[in-house]
Amino acid sequence: MRAPHSDPAAQGGESAGSAGTSEGPIHKCRTGIAGFDEITRGGLPSGRTTLIFGAPGAGKTVFALECLVNGAREGREPGIFVAFEENTRQIVANAATFGWDLPGLEREQLFFLDARLSSTVIQGGDFDIQGMLAGLAAKAKAMNAKRIVFDGIDVLLTILDDPGKERREIYRLQDWLHELGLTAIITAKAFEGDRLSTERYAFMQFMVDTVVAFHHRMIDRVSLRGVRVLKYRGSGFAENEFPMIITASGVQVSVFEPTALEYDVSDERVPSGVARLDTMLDGGYYRGSGVLISGAPGTAKTTLAGSFTAAACERGERALYVSFDEASSQIVRNLRSVGLDLQPHVDAGLLEMMSVRTEARSAEEHFMAVRARIRECAPRSLVIDPISALNKTGGVIAAVHGSLRLLDYARANGITVLCTSLVASENALAETTETQISTIADTWIHLSYLVRAGERNRTLTIVKSRGMAHSNQVRELVLSSHGLTLTDVYTAGGEVLVGTARWEHEAMLAETEARRMAELDLRRSELERELDALRAEQARWDGRRSSDRRDLRRLRHADPDPADVA
Amino acid sequence: MSPDRSSVPAEEPRLVLRLYVAGDGPNSTAARANLSRLLGTYPPGSYEVEVVDCLREPMRAIEEGVFVTPTLLRVSPQPRRTIVGSLSESMNVSAALGLERSSADRA
Repeated sequence: MRAPHSDPAAQGGESAGSAGTSEGPIHKCRTGIAGFDEITRGGLPSGRTTLIFGAPGAGKTVFALECLVNGAREGREPGIFVAFEENTRQIVANAATFGWDLPGLEREQLFFLDARLSSTVIQGGDFDIQGMLAGLAAKAKAMNAKRIVFDGIDVLLTILDDPGKERREIYRLQDWLHELGLTAIITAKAFEGDRLSTERYAFMQFMVDTVVAFHHRMIDRVSLRGVRVLKYRGSGFAENEFPMIITASGVQVSVFEPTALEYDVSDERVPSGVARLDTMLDGGYYRGSGVLISGAPGTAKTTLAGSFTAAACERGERALYVSFDEASSQIVRNLRSVGLDLQPHVDAGLLEMMSVRTEARSAEEHFMAVRARIRECAPRSLVIDPISALNKTGGVIAAVHGSLRLLDYARANGITVLCTSLVASENALAETTETQISTIADTWIHLSYLVRAGERNRTLTIVKSRGMAHSNQVRELVLSSHGLTLTDVYTAGGEVLVGTARWEHEAMLAETEARRMAELDLRRSELERELDALRAEQARWDGRRSSDRRDLRRLRHADPDPADVA
Repeated sequence: MSPDRSSVPAEEPRLVLRLYVAGDGPNSTAARANLSRLLGTYPPGSYEVEVVDCLREPMRAIEEGVFVTPTLLRVSPQPRRTIVGSLSESMNVSAALGLERSSADRA
């Protein structure tokens, strides 16, 4: 995404020499549409004309109307909306669903003109839009309008039914706009590859200062909208196509925040919620880093995510847990069965659970929804479970884009993100890499099953962990009603022992030890008995020696001198 | 339609037309000429034409929902009819105004 940084001068040069309206530096007026002002570096050219064309349903009308509403809201730039195709009452009603107060604004700041030619109108020769322009000029002057939208000009051009007349009226409109100095948006339906559209808009593109193309495609049954600036006289712009979504509050264009890669990195560690894992990671995850936990179904990815969440809440930090295609209540219940109770944290307002259905929304829309929730509850930890769900939302490219943006956004805001990723095949590492999330994750933990001796047992490996010492050893992951623990894996004869094999191995070791202890006990008591016997013997001999000595002494004194007797 | 007017026996309903033009633009000039020619065969009292110049009275067209010029409105008799253009296609215009039969009768 380098285009937003490209040199404005490089593209700015194109304005020189082109026909028309350039007089001095252009001024831009903000559309107030998130993202669009970034890719156009400030909005639409003030007092000039912008052509928006695209397929039906691409969001042209909503976009144009929102520009008008945003200008009018601030009270500085009242606007006029000329509808060639839709009923203005309907437009006002549709706008109400976005929460824009059109009836309120309509009194002074906005004016809607229904310029549909009724089907009962009889054509009796050549006509033009001079009368309408005269009326609009008077109206614009009366309300001091600064912005104007001509919505669905293709409908008008079709009525004219002649390429020469079409051009004449477009010139007329152009002159009129130029004279009044209004910031104008003209929208037009165009079908890709359609000859009429191509010819018509090739001409109009030359006439206007800015051209924006809106796209609307269906990929994997998911509707994807995109916006691309084709031309901007006198200004640089981001040339790529950017995803655009229509949210509950209006249009949003998705751009990578240009400062996204300049965020502060932290040395602070955040516990994973599993003591042994923290040890393996030399203290835990880095604050504000991205953690990826990949694994097949049932490898305890959610449990690991739950441990992380619970640990965050126990520290008193706010957390957001986003689950795709699984109800929050279900996650809370399932985690309770392994000794993790998130409900108290939810009740305390520390933990937000957000449960989303994946399909029928694009990855971009999901990203926007999650981002809006992040802004609302300002969490320090975020769980996306599983981020691989986004792959179902309209193609891998969009999914990767959405996922990367989510990680990027979270990291830029110092939020520690933990994403789980479901992998189906045994070739899990390759599969996870394919979605590219692993490449920007700072820590990647892979969970898998080890099948041996008729058992499946879970193992945990740290595939990578940037910027920290980490264990390269495989650990066995044991789930019980007391939670998740990691144990050493035994290797015997070059093979890793897990589950029953490990248990047998441990039991065997214990038994050997017990037997050795028993043998030692036995030997000790034997020796003690022997020693006791020896002591007794010694006592006996001692006794005997002293009595002998006594006898001897008595005999010496009692014995008369044989010489005296003689 | 006021009640007392409906009581007046109307042999032929009065034709009331309003023509919106934009100054002396080619289409507007043509429309004025074409309308005069179409109505030329009728007795002056049998119709009424008001010409509104949008350049002089710009708000009137907007208020009336007229956005292309020239536009001819048949205000009376009902139903209201709208004809746009320079009125050069006289067959269409006569039919729309309900003039065709009368002019055929006269011929």
